[in-house]
Amino acid sequence: MSIVQVQSLHKRYGSQTVLDGVSLDIAAGEVVAIIGRSGSGKSTLLRCINGLETIDGGSITVAGHAVSRAPKALRALRQDVGMVFQSFNLFPHLTARENVALPQTVVLGRGKAEAQAMAQTLLDRVGLAPRADAYPSALSGGQQQRVAIARALGLEPKVLLCDEITSALDPEMVGEVLEVVQDLAARRMTMLLVTHEMSFARRAASRVIFMHAGRVHEQGPPAEIFARPRTPEFMQFVRAISVRE
Amino acid sequence: MRSFGTPEFLFMLGAARWTVALSLIAYLGGGALGLVLAFMRVSGNRLANGFARAWILLFQCTPLLMLLFLVFFGLALTGYGQNAYFAVTVALSCYAGAYFGEIWRGAIEAVPQGQWQASAALGFTRVEQFRHVIVPQSMRIAIPPTVGFMVQVVKNTSLASIIGFQELTQASQFVNNLTFQPISVYLVAAAIYFILCFPLTLLSRRLEKRLHVDRPSPVAA
Repeated sequence: MSIVQVQSLHKRYGSQTVLDGVSLDIAAGEVVAIIGRSGSGKSTLLRCINGLETIDGGSITVAGHAVSRAPKALRALRQDVGMVFQSFNLFPHLTARENVALPQTVVLGRGKAEAQAMAQTLLDRVGLAPRADAYPSALSGGQQQRVAIARALGLEPKVLLCDEITSALDPEMVGEVLEVVQDLAARRMTMLLVTHEMSFARRAASRVIFMHAGRVHEQGPPAEIFARPRTPEFMQFVRAISVRE
Repeated sequence: MRSFGTPEFLFMLGAARWTVALSLIAYLGGGALGLVLAFMRVSGNRLANGFARAWILLFQCTPLLMLLFLVFFGLALTGYGQNAYFAVTVALSCYAGAYFGEIWRGAIEAVPQGQWQASAALGFTRVEQFRHVIVPQSMRIAIPPTVGFMVQVVKNTSLASIIGFQELTQASQFVNNLTFQPISVYLVAAAIYFILCFPLTLLSRRLEKRLHVDRPSPVAA
């Protein structure tokens, strides 16, 4: 039974077609890496899945919610779909613990003490329990991103969307964030990861999707797809990547 | 000719009470109006935004003095007689409201887009986004320009003398006419203005310190 279903999704910005009929089925517990050139529609796809972007055609269903613009439906959807951003987007006026606790009190209506306790547990899980009282400006990029993951987990989502979450990090901090993602994968969290890091895709993903020109161009298990690219576009992409790495 | 002594000084001090009262009127009326205008500007509603924009443009581009005259004499024309209190309240509120509104709109829009996205992705409603994420951050952005304008208001209340309010500037002129000691009179008047404005800047600095818990403030969010 798939937890995310995308059917012939279309998205345009003005006259430019960004998503040109994306269809996708993701089973619970899958970790899917979405790769492709910039402008291939990867991030837009993620943003459509949790309703941050309106869609121009097709349908999306996540954990039983049809993605729509109705405020109530959107709120229910977003409780089940967490999102982590490239630029962390922590709330700078709140400590790490408060960052993780706030959405729980606001969106789930949890009591403050309960939310704080939950926040502490989650920060511990991402290895940041000792930094719970620090403000984001006092944390490194890797630490901020781990707090952002804990914040998303606070709502106990069924699906986690990660939009290039290691792209803004210094190289030595990529590892600590990857570790958290791998830990989540081990806990059977369903995840969609848009990424530029092929090693990240290789290590963390159970399936790799290559997007090209607003479509799912090629997909498969990482070991297979990287070893035997089928389409010229993907071949070229893999070659370009391997030169860079 | 009288000399500038204690009774004259006390007279000026008494008039300074009007300077304070007029400033408070501007803060309260203008603050309330500014809040409404700021939220209309960022509401995403085109009609509300357009109205607020026009309002701000109109009152930022007309001198407060004209505004005072227009309300004061306009009221007389409608047959309600000359009510200086009403005129000064309306004029100062419209004027201060336009500036506060624009300052606060800027402060709201200065909060990075990522903050909206992150809170939206977490399921916050628009009201919850404002309350828990945007306003707390805009507040500290808004403090310096808000206090800066508040200080301007204290000094601009002198314009209300034109429709009969004997506030500090008017009283100083009066005392100067009696004593002809302009340097002493206006030095004292300036000192009183300074004493009124200085605590505002002190307050600003303290508030900033208290709200800047996350110093050093993030350069890019």
